[in-house]
Amino acid sequence: MATQIVSGKTAITATINGETRDWLCEPRQTLLEVLRDTLGLTGSKEGCSNGNCGACNVIMDGRLVNTCCVLAVEADETEITTVEGLATPDGLSTLQANFIEGAGLQCGFCTPGFLVSTKALLDKNPNPTDEEIRWWLAGNLCRCTGYDKILSAIKKTIAETNAS
Amino acid sequence: MRAIQYAAPRSLSDAVAILQERGSKARILAGGTDLIVQVGENVRDVDTLVDGKRIPELMKLSFDPVTGLTLGAAVPCYRVYEHPEIQSHYSGLVDSASIIGGTGIQGRASVGGNLCNSGPAGDTIPTLIAYSATARIVGANGERTVPVEDFCTAPGRNILQPDELLVSIHFPVPPAHFGAAYLRFIPRNEMDIAVVGVGASLALDDAGTIVSARVALAAVAPKPLYVPEVGYFLEGAIPSTEVFAEAGDIARSLVTPISDMRGTAAHRKHLTGVLVRRTLQRAFERARA
Ligand SMILES: Cc1cc2nc3c(=O)[nH]c(=O)nc-3n(C[C@H](O)[C@H](O)[C@H](O)COP(=O)(O)OP(=O)(O)OC[C@H]3O[C@@H](n4cnc5c(N)ncnc54)[C@H](O)[C@@H]3O)c2cc1C
Ligand code: FES
Ligand code: FES
Repeated sequence: MATQIVSGKTAITATINGETRDWLCEPRQTLLEVLRDTLGLTGSKEGCSNGNCGACNVIMDGRLVNTCCVLAVEADETEITTVEGLATPDGLSTLQANFIEGAGLQCGFCTPGFLVSTKALLDKNPNPTDEEIRWWLAGNLCRCTGYDKILSAIKKTIAETNAS
Repeated sequence: MRAIQYAAPRSLSDAVAILQERGSKARILAGGTDLIVQVGENVRDVDTLVDGKRIPELMKLSFDPVTGLTLGAAVPCYRVYEHPEIQSHYSGLVDSASIIGGTGIQGRASVGGNLCNSGPAGDTIPTLIAYSATARIVGANGERTVPVEDFCTAPGRNILQPDELLVSIHFPVPPAHFGAAYLRFIPRNEMDIAVVGVGASLALDDAGTIVSARVALAAVAPKPLYVPEVGYFLEGAIPSTEVFAEAGDIARSLVTPISDMRGTAAHRKHLTGVLVRRTLQRAFERARA
């Protein structure tokens, strides 16, 4: 048979936040587990591990995905942006700064997912309507804020980006 | 998650060879939004995941004005609803693909996976039936093509044999004056499983009379339910609110749903009538446009 069937640890290479990263993982490990436990990228959170909360979201090959529903072996040769990739050496991104300034978070557990999901939205559509923002973020749950302050932090970011 | 094995074949023949060797504990992995969760929660007895996303036929999406639309079984939802020709010729499919989960889920979840998961509430399946879509299946004994209404058999079950996989779903070219739509009822605005879902299509003649109609229902039976009786009733009728309401009454009289945590049987019957009327109305507006 031409195709190899992997059972034990296998070597995977991906570009994460602009850096080439290699790791060994078993097929049963999700990308979320590997990001957090193997690569030390603990920004992505495990809220539900069944695709419902969005706290584990990253951008993979240009698309938003829930890393609890992706196997780490599937990430071979992909390009990934996690929340750790949002800030620059000069400091937090405008979006991150506005979340803090506008109290777009309380406990903060959902925040990495909201930041990454919003980045994916603004990369694609820099001027979304309120309705478009809310639909796009339907897969991100927040138990604390009631969402309004998240929405205003995002809208402030859009306004500032347009003004600059 | 307990130990599993993983393979990423690059051809259909390799995939079939693995399925044949491994038997029923091997499963095709598309977007994984059902399967990875099910394996993680230990509700599916699986030992080998066969990734379909490196097989070209499963990732193909192409429209031909003569032969129609070919949708590879593992193409994720976002590619479906962002596709210009699907938007213009198959807007009912956009309805379904854009309500599965949230944006992150749509980055991975496929229509083929929704069909093969064969949930009674799968949001794409009534739409596929409304479009008279067919499933292209390949296995150790060759190839077969099956109408989607004959694909699912019971909750989580379908006609695929252990050595078979779904390659693609084929949609005929919509005739002139044709429209289709999908509507579901959920208690929230998004991110929920249908209490009832309805896929419907209508084709009109030049004078505006209905020449054919197809209606299929989600979440009112052990499998997605095609109700040809509603189509027979509509054929030859002049579209009107009254006719669509009567079609809804017929559909309601045909279903025997169960009560569960999402809704009572009585609520589901009522919703069937309302949603069949509304979905037909929307399909009609598209057919007229
Ligand atoms: C948060 C969340 C929200 C969701 N919301 C919805 C919703 O609103 N509506 C809805 O209908 N569903 C919903 N789902 C369920 C799921 O996302 C869909 O059913 C999706 O379409 C499955 O596609 P997939 O590509 O991820 O399939 P997978 O999980 O990869 O596969 C599903 C099943 O089909 C089999 N399979 C896949 N491809 C093939 C093939 N080519 N040949 C043979 N077998 C195959 C797999 O072995 C598995 O048993 C949701 C799931 C989550 C996690
Ligand atoms: S942990 Fe992945 S969606 Fe909740
Ligand atoms: S800030 Fe606590 S969950 Fe959102």
